Amino acid sequence: MNINEIQDQIIDDFSLFSDWMERYEYLIELGRTLPPFDPSHKVPDYIIEGCQSKVWLYPEFKDGIITFSADSDALITRGIVALLVKVFSGRTPDEITGADIYFIDRIGLRQNLSPTRSNGLLAMMKQMRLYALAFKSKQEHK
Amino acid sequence: MKLSKTIEEIRADFPILSMKVHGLPLVYLDNGATTQKPEQVIRLMDELYRTANANVHRGVHFLSDIVSEKYESARETVRAFINAPKKEEIIFTAGATASINAVAFSFGEKYVREGDEIIVSEMEHHANIVPWQMLCGRKNAVLKVIPFTDEGVLDLEAYRGLITDRTRIVAVTHASNVLGTVNPVKEIVAHAHKHGIPVLVDGAQSIQHGVVDVSDIDCDFFVFSGHKVYGPNGIGVLYGKEKLLNDLPPYQGGGDMVATVSFRKTTWNELPFKFEAGTTNFTGAIALAAALDYLTSLGREAVAEREQSLLEIATAGLSSVRGVRIYGTAPRKVSVVSFLPGDIHQYDAGMILDKLGIAVRTGTHCAQPVMERFGISGTIRASIAFYNTAEEIDALVKGVRKVTEMFD
Repeated sequence: MNINEIQDQIIDDFSLFSDWMERYEYLIELGRTLPPFDPSHKVPDYIIEGCQSKVWLYPEFKDGIITFSADSDALITRGIVALLVKVFSGRTPDEITGADIYFIDRIGLRQNLSPTRSNGLLAMMKQMRLYALAFKSKQEHK
Repeated sequence: MKLSKTIEEIRADFPILSMKVHGLPLVYLDNGATTQKPEQVIRLMDELYRTANANVHRGVHFLSDIVSEKYESARETVRAFINAPKKEEIIFTAGATASINAVAFSFGEKYVREGDEIIVSEMEHHANIVPWQMLCGRKNAVLKVIPFTDEGVLDLEAYRGLITDRTRIVAVTHASNVLGTVNPVKEIVAHAHKHGIPVLVDGAQSIQHGVVDVSDIDCDFFVFSGHKVYGPNGIGVLYGKEKLLNDLPPYQGGGDMVATVSFRKTTWNELPFKFEAGTTNFTGAIALAAALDYLTSLGREAVAEREQSLLEIATAGLSSVRGVRIYGTAPRKVSVVSFLPGDIHQYDAGMILDKLGIAVRTGTHCAQPVMERFGISGTIRASIAFYNTAEEIDALVKGVRKVTEMFD
């Protein structure tokens, strides 16, 4: 599946929920299913500090593909982190830098990615793109 | 003590309180961050811009005279409200933060040298830490910190031990924005004065909760913000003792703060204008006075009593929820409750409470050292005003119970 197909699938999944409570409960579940984050990566280099919650993001680049692992100290944030990992992980740098992310809006979680929320999510998305750009230029200069 | 109005009448004075959020009635419990404004303040601001807008102290014309008179009368209202000896000791600033920065700069320029010491407490919010740190950085001075106990009470013995012959000023909060603790500022001031050291009291979290008397406290500086006492934002007050203010250099230069200006030499205007450079927020100052008048007309002691009884309800209700821990259990508190429901992250809890229409603050409350002291990343804070009701507190407790169920 390409990035847009995954986004459409997430939108489909969320369309089943009739109210915000169910959406949040689903996010909490998603947060719980996020693969464990290697504790040795919980260091300042990989932290994205928000005033409200923290996010950790660790990238690996192998055979032209970026794999992200991530975590957060808040469960709802972690649920959204899980969604972002689902969309961005296992992609080429070009796919990531060229992606148009629309699913957040469509599943009613836009407020969670507003700059004023300061929960680390917006910065996490920016950071994923920055890693993609960095890996891309590394690849080109090989 | 009885409020001069019923709670229904009071709530009707605050239009925003009847608002709905996410389809539910707003339960506003974030008063420690900003308070809502009564019609009396909102209407006055509107009216001022319509009928009394011209620059203060600048013109001889009719409008300028009217505004200048209202502005100076606002100064008198503030003076009376905190029982300061003189009107000239009341300086209008942009807020408590601006007031503290002004003192840290002016006082620091005049009195702080390399190796001198400044004392703050561990429960200060960042506004009463960072300006002093900046001063210490400029002057190579040392910042010393009064610790607090697990209950959130300042360790006065430690405080007395911190004072040396190099201590230049003590800056301490009257009430903690996170723990709610009311500090024994009168005692703190008296001890500092024995050593000839002046004290700044940060009243940002005390001014709205009852009677504050700066003459009785005998502090040398007292600061507060308008937006936390039912007035507009962008206006605040710096009270300073006349002699000290006269000794200090101004911290900003500009219009109105000067007596004569030439390119050879400029002389300063007298108090309070020396510290009010440029066009001040006169509309804000006049509206702030209206907010203070509103509180006075309700009865400030009655306001405090009502808030204390709501605080008791909140403390008992939240304590009854399994896993909830309250941070700040001092015997004397303003109506602020900081808590965490077990291991649940404050941001998660805040998101769910928001969806239930409940406005609380989550995070570090601009007081990271307090979080560090308890080894936590933040709390949920419910800060209560007299216009809140027992039903609203009940909604909060139910909301927190719901949160614990969801994240169990």
